[in-house]
Amino acid sequence: MTGRSRNIRVSEASRPVLPRHAKLKFDETRQVWVILAPERVLAPDEIAVEVLQLCDGVRSVAKMVDELAEKYTADRAAISADVVAMLQDLADKGFLTEAREKTS
Amino acid sequence: MSSTLTDTNAAAGDPTDGLAVLEARGSTAEAFGIPLAVLAELTHRCPLQCPYCSNPVELDRGGSELTTEEWKKVLSELAQIGVLQIHFSGGEPTARKDLVELVQHASDVGLYSNLITSAVLLTREKLSALADAGLCHVQISFQGNEPIVADRVAGFKHAHQKKIEVAKWTRELDLPLTVNAVMHRQNLFQLPDIIQMALNLDADRLEVANVQYYGWALKNRAALMPTLAQIEETSRIVEEAQARLKGTLAIDYVVPDYYALRPKKCMGGWGRQFFNISPAGKVLPCHAAESITGLEFESVRSNHSIAWIWQNSEAFNRYRGTGWMPEPCQSCEFKEIDFGGCRCQAFALTGDAGNTDPACTLSPMHERIFKQAELEAAAENNRFIYRNFAGGTPETDGSHGA
Repeated sequence: MTGRSRNIRVSEASRPVLPRHAKLKFDETRQVWVILAPERVLAPDEIAVEVLQLCDGVRSVAKMVDELAEKYTADRAAISADVVAMLQDLADKGFLTEAREKTS
Repeated sequence: MSSTLTDTNAAAGDPTDGLAVLEARGSTAEAFGIPLAVLAELTHRCPLQCPYCSNPVELDRGGSELTTEEWKKVLSELAQIGVLQIHFSGGEPTARKDLVELVQHASDVGLYSNLITSAVLLTREKLSALADAGLCHVQISFQGNEPIVADRVAGFKHAHQKKIEVAKWTRELDLPLTVNAVMHRQNLFQLPDIIQMALNLDADRLEVANVQYYGWALKNRAALMPTLAQIEETSRIVEEAQARLKGTLAIDYVVPDYYALRPKKCMGGWGRQFFNISPAGKVLPCHAAESITGLEFESVRSNHSIAWIWQNSEAFNRYRGTGWMPEPCQSCEFKEIDFGGCRCQAFALTGDAGNTDPACTLSPMHERIFKQAELEAAAENNRFIYRNFAGGTPETDGSHGA
């Protein structure tokens, strides 16, 4: 029961990725982004979608924040706080994990 | 709830309504969209003989099942019309030799796949092949927390031990696991141990599902119906566990509606956000719908598309929305909340699927049915009628069909 991917703590050093049971997908029929999970379909907002698309298990959160701060010419500290909080929320709900050997 | 993430299952405080978020248009009563998830009952064949099986008493024979190519065509069509998830169920879906191929096809057309299984036919190699084919989630049914009760309910020797083994493989393969525990009078005393079992198995979710009484379960109601005291204790145990295990194990709880005051919003409303496909290819508003005689259900083998059947067929439109409702439903302030309850239950208990579900206290039959349930629960007639293609086999001394 060690290494449970469900209880991760997100920091700027994290390299988060969606676990295999959570799939980010654009729903062509309804024209919205969705996260598919066991017995659930979730509708992330635009900002969440943008951040989730950066979660490839390779990029660190720090790198994501750099990219977003540059793109939106926004205050880095504010972006960092928002991104970490959002990713932590997703992680707590089981829709984010840390990159591991097994997860490609 | 996060403002960045809208959970379709928690929309407007209703855990079963996926439509409000993704399909909102027009009034609640008349809105229906293509379902987010569809249940594919690949076969009615199953090695287990559970007396509460949700399949109809009239089971589809193996020879009438859709072929591999027919199922693949169905999966492609579902993805094309906007279905996002497919639940492979049965019977026992792993009894189909082409399951890996079907899961692969679901992945290829972009469907998120769930396997709803008894697990007893799975090998580690088979499960691994399913994972490689893109299977996203495994749900395993459990009949108890130890073999004596569990194998007797399942009517299958060593079923429990095998399930535990497969659950472990599931987590080893990094697949998310849901433990589905179907609860009734003869196993409710094990609930605390079943919760612990789900934790030990590293499950992500636990469904504590009280038996719903139609089909086989209705045949076995006297042996399964819990007492009111049991239900009160169950609710207490579930609430305590939900609070204690928040963030570790999600627990979904289905109450037995005989003891409820209001009927369940069955299927989210008839023909509103759900359909399933039977082994022989019938497109059904729910998995028990064929128990309602007098309704004609269209097949994927017909000349009609699945979208046409969903939108236009007589069976789907018969009880869709609220226009069909008699009193006391028609003037009821809750009619768009529960849509009059369950049509199959109304048919089974009143002989007319168009009546108010007797689970509702406003039904003129509620009192009588509730009393009957209490009497049956107190009578302690514990013998099962096992589910099989022969129409059921009564349990005898020393032999439980296993």
